[in-house]
Amino acid sequence: MNITFLLNGETVTLNAVAPAATLLDWLREDRGLTGTKEGCNEGDCGACTVMVTDARGARALNACILFLPQLHGKAVRTVEGIAGPDGTLHPVQSQMIAHHGSQCGFCTPGFVVSMATAHLNRARDFNDQLAGNLCRCTGYAPIVRAAEAAAEAPVPEWIAPTDGCEVAPDPAIPRTADALAAAFAAQPDATLVAGATDVGLWVTKGLRDLGPVIFLHGCDDLAAISEDAGALHVGAMVDMNRLRAAVGGRYPAYAELLRRYGSQQVRGAATLGGNIANGSPIGDNAPALIALGARLHLRQGDMARDIAIEDFFLDYGKQDLRRGEFVTGVTIPHREAGVQCYKVSKRFDQDISAVCGCFSVTVADGVVQDARIGFGGMAGVPKRAAAVEAALTGQPWTAATLRIAEPAFAQDFAPLSDMRASAGYRMAAARSMLWRCHAETTTAPDAEADTVHSVLQVRA
Amino acid sequence: MSVARALPHDAAALHVTGAARYVDDIPTPAGTLHLAFGLSEVAHGRITALDLAAARAAPGVVAVLTAADLPFANDVSPSNHDEPLLATDTVHYVGQPIFAVVARSHLQARRAARLGRAGYAPLPAILSIDDALAAGSRFEDGPRIYEKGDALAAIAAAPRRVSGVIEIGGQEHFYLEGQAALAVPQEDGDMLVHSSTQHPTEIQHKVAEALDLPMHGVRVETRRMGGGFGGKESQGNALAVICAVAARQTGRACKMRYDRDDDMIITGKRHDFRIGYAAGFDTTGRIAGVSFVHHVRCGWSMDLSLPVADRAMLHADNAYLLPAARIESHRLRTNTQSATAFRGFGGPQGMVGIERVMDHVAHDLGMDPLALRRRNYYAAPSGGGAAAPPPAAPPASISGTMKAADAAQTTPYGMAVTDFELHAMTDRLVRSSDYEARRARVAEWNAVHPRIRRGIAFSPVKFGISFTLTHLNQAGALVHVYQDGSVHLNHGGTEMGQGLFQKVAQVAAARFGIDVGAVRITATDTGKVPNTSATAASSGSDLNGMAVQAACDTIRMRIAEVVGAAHGVPAAEVVFGRGAVRAGAAEIGFGEAVRLAYMARVSLSATGFYATPKLRWDRLRGTGRPFYYFAYGAAVTEVAIDVATGENRILRADLLHDCGASLNPALDLGQVEGGYVQGAGWLTSEELVWDAEGALRTHAPSTYKIPACSDRPEVFNVALWDGQNREDTVYRSKAVGEPPLMLGISAFLALSDAVASCGLGYPALDAPATPETVWRAIRRVRGEL
Repeated sequence: MNITFLLNGETVTLNAVAPAATLLDWLREDRGLTGTKEGCNEGDCGACTVMVTDARGARALNACILFLPQLHGKAVRTVEGIAGPDGTLHPVQSQMIAHHGSQCGFCTPGFVVSMATAHLNRARDFNDQLAGNLCRCTGYAPIVRAAEAAAEAPVPEWIAPTDGCEVAPDPAIPRTADALAAAFAAQPDATLVAGATDVGLWVTKGLRDLGPVIFLHGCDDLAAISEDAGALHVGAMVDMNRLRAAVGGRYPAYAELLRRYGSQQVRGAATLGGNIANGSPIGDNAPALIALGARLHLRQGDMARDIAIEDFFLDYGKQDLRRGEFVTGVTIPHREAGVQCYKVSKRFDQDISAVCGCFSVTVADGVVQDARIGFGGMAGVPKRAAAVEAALTGQPWTAATLRIAEPAFAQDFAPLSDMRASAGYRMAAARSMLWRCHAETTTAPDAEADTVHSVLQVRA
Repeated sequence: MSVARALPHDAAALHVTGAARYVDDIPTPAGTLHLAFGLSEVAHGRITALDLAAARAAPGVVAVLTAADLPFANDVSPSNHDEPLLATDTVHYVGQPIFAVVARSHLQARRAARLGRAGYAPLPAILSIDDALAAGSRFEDGPRIYEKGDALAAIAAAPRRVSGVIEIGGQEHFYLEGQAALAVPQEDGDMLVHSSTQHPTEIQHKVAEALDLPMHGVRVETRRMGGGFGGKESQGNALAVICAVAARQTGRACKMRYDRDDDMIITGKRHDFRIGYAAGFDTTGRIAGVSFVHHVRCGWSMDLSLPVADRAMLHADNAYLLPAARIESHRLRTNTQSATAFRGFGGPQGMVGIERVMDHVAHDLGMDPLALRRRNYYAAPSGGGAAAPPPAAPPASISGTMKAADAAQTTPYGMAVTDFELHAMTDRLVRSSDYEARRARVAEWNAVHPRIRRGIAFSPVKFGISFTLTHLNQAGALVHVYQDGSVHLNHGGTEMGQGLFQKVAQVAAARFGIDVGAVRITATDTGKVPNTSATAASSGSDLNGMAVQAACDTIRMRIAEVVGAAHGVPAAEVVFGRGAVRAGAAEIGFGEAVRLAYMARVSLSATGFYATPKLRWDRLRGTGRPFYYFAYGAAVTEVAIDVATGENRILRADLLHDCGASLNPALDLGQVEGGYVQGAGWLTSEELVWDAEGALRTHAPSTYKIPACSDRPEVFNVALWDGQNREDTVYRSKAVGEPPLMLGISAFLALSDAVASCGLGYPALDAPATPETVWRAIRRVRGEL
């Protein structure tokens, strides 16, 4: 493929690029820009963070799982482009020095780029902005102090945002859903690449040859979000940060789940469609969408269909996805009851769920009218807790009902033990989520319930 | 003066601009080849077949090497010659290198390495401590035992007793820069190696053995590491040696860096321990005797496990005067990665053992754990705090021994504790952290919050400073002063982020009375300073700072003689400071003084050497003085736990740490803050999981969770103790690399405190305290398990 993008302000055109060549390898091995580091090669440590800018603004992304064609027409800024052309340090760089924010220095370029991106975007929630940058030396405190000290400084003129650059179209980067449908129909064995936060690992860790590749990031019509009286419509190419903003007003717990779903770098790349289509049993969107009764829109050539989201996941690694078919979007009907979302993992930020449970329980006059409950991490697929729902429906929304409903978890789930949690713990955690949901939503709290529901709500 | 100033790390400006060069960033000669290992897929087995045809045929592959292709020594062990670089006929763990691919690119090497096919005849795999005990699989012929008094009798005779077991998990170093090496062939068969290593001399030694060269034929250079933490003390040997062998065979530069998953699968980690304990004490909380059994999972080769296990024994007392103690240590050999050095080197595990005992005893007595700890402290050095009182009712049969021991203030290994700073430090920290009031508030919170509980705990650190292998306590330096007054500085220590180079440069600048900017610190190089010890055991600035000081003072005296003679002033009265040299009334710039010395044909280059005094240690008998001095610290941590899920979080930490007279308070504070978070991570979220076949399942940051930004304490108060080393160290400073890691134990104890509030039983919390482990402990205190 022939790719053009801006690199630290300079136009770069590359010919005959392999579709699965990563930005990180190209920067370090071909371009000689070794400031961007490889720490994990799977998007978890942030040492390779770069700033990518397009019409939607500036994002911090992991260069290790970013394929070069994904940059076609965009602007990339590496750590070498954070200081000014005359060597003047960016405020985050000078504050990192002043606050002793680097020790071994290996994670530092990634931090500096994340900090400069947050600075440009005027974001101040540094725990979240830096959740995707691991540091093993400092314990983070001096880095956050540096970020805070730099926050008020004006954005240096050389960091001026850009929309990217004009580029020629490429057949492997369709620009509409129609074009994608045609391309995929013509080449149904192609690998579709949305955000590459999963497919990237097939390459960097699985060392797989992807074969023909179709990139979806050019399909602006798949990246739309709209809302009407009945539902929220989210295109498959909407990334997790945009989805988080879109659901935040109506479903704050879903938005918080999405915050913990991944770091800035991952959320800025990962798409709703990708998260669903790859069918991970531990993807965090599916349980929330199941609880909200979302419908999934699929397209194959000119044929479109839609199904209930929970029906899409057939078995471990097997989805109801036909040859040449792709996810176009999700419709999330407005649910008055809202949704409660809970995630248990070893670490709060940037960790894969041991258990993720989402609950949407409609209660009228103290009686459960309708319950929709979705779980991740409890089966080979994201799964609806049908027996638990049945045990609750029509019953008073009380602790007594919960006690009666608890055994139904064993009808719904027989989880596995793995490195994230044992089966027994998963069952207990899942049950505790129902109790928490009750405590947080009931108007007649159980005398034994706490007024605080999570350690994340506790202040020092 | 440049010492004691809070100057930035010497490479900070390079770090933040991406200009700091690590091994993989060094521009390589044209035609450089890249290496990757093919790894064992079984934990223990004989190799019955090895089909490398597909690997050899893969794109870009230049050569595939097996053990048979190694020309000379096939060994990368730092200790026991029991660690073949490439497996011969038997593999000993999942991840052991069997063959090496040499290819034109890193990616081609990795791809080809997966195409090798080995056949195995399985042998019984010993994976766990229980497996090893059952099979008698161990290093050394039996357990090592250190004893003071008759601990078992003291326990038996004590009014009260507790006993139990704690499992303490290992820890992955997770240095952000993975292992890496680059070997560049030189003329006449010599080899230059760039290695990300804490121990360039060891790399030189192993490469020389593998190439059958004298050590003078190998030069190793290390500018910096992207983190080490002990994980680059011996674990870089394999990469450097295979690169050197391949470079010799191909005549081309060869580079190897592990992909993160390979790094975690191949290299050793912190030793996991099972510690059994029994303690006897009186109703006032005074300990009469403690007995420990350490079961240490060492992995498949010896590596550094013996001194690691020794150091665990040497920290089984931590800050407490134990009238009688018995420590029995089993060094178990298992078919897993060979556990290796990790910041604290066994000390943290030993310390967790005694802190568990203190926690358990306090729970048994219903006593404030802080009061219990203070009751058992060693005595302050000179009336500066209360000594540990003798037990209220010492058993008659051994009371004489115990009184003598108390009076002597000796450790279980017979070393007198003469610098015990913790009484005053504890007073200050208890005050500054508002411990008493907060402990009361925690109890009030817990009375009304059934689901979210809080816990708070104090813990002290007393950490012994010196290599326990006494001969390693030496260091050399090389200092050049150029005609323009600029200084070129070299020493045997390596820079891994700890700020050693900056500290040592500040020492050099102080000796010459010049600005630190005039001192250039250069890469560690075996061609400049020979026979160095690893930068380890927290000893970097103690040893190298003194060696540099000696070298600077030699040159300074030579300059003083020249300047003094010119002005009729004795050399000893010539003063260096503020960039000037003063002799009587005369004052000239340092550069001018240097030029005078040059014109007088005086050498402006010198070596310096230092050997730590006062050490004598018999590790087999467990007696003597293994440490020059102790470094101290104290911490108070408050946590919250979710009773239903075990999820937990650190809310606040208050740390006070003793760096003596700090050489650079900013860098030292950084070590304390960062060490705490790393220690707390070890004991909370960082869980290593092996499956039933012995394969490590947590081999990437997606599955192995070091603390992230939001895991640091929301309130984080860190201070340095304003003191001086009582021993004559460089500017009376103290070592700081390892000790603060153990401040993180307070987080673990705070979790135990929170769990204890959930029921009547003792939590007996294991480490790491993941949500699931905390949840289990809650069920235990409630009698549900």
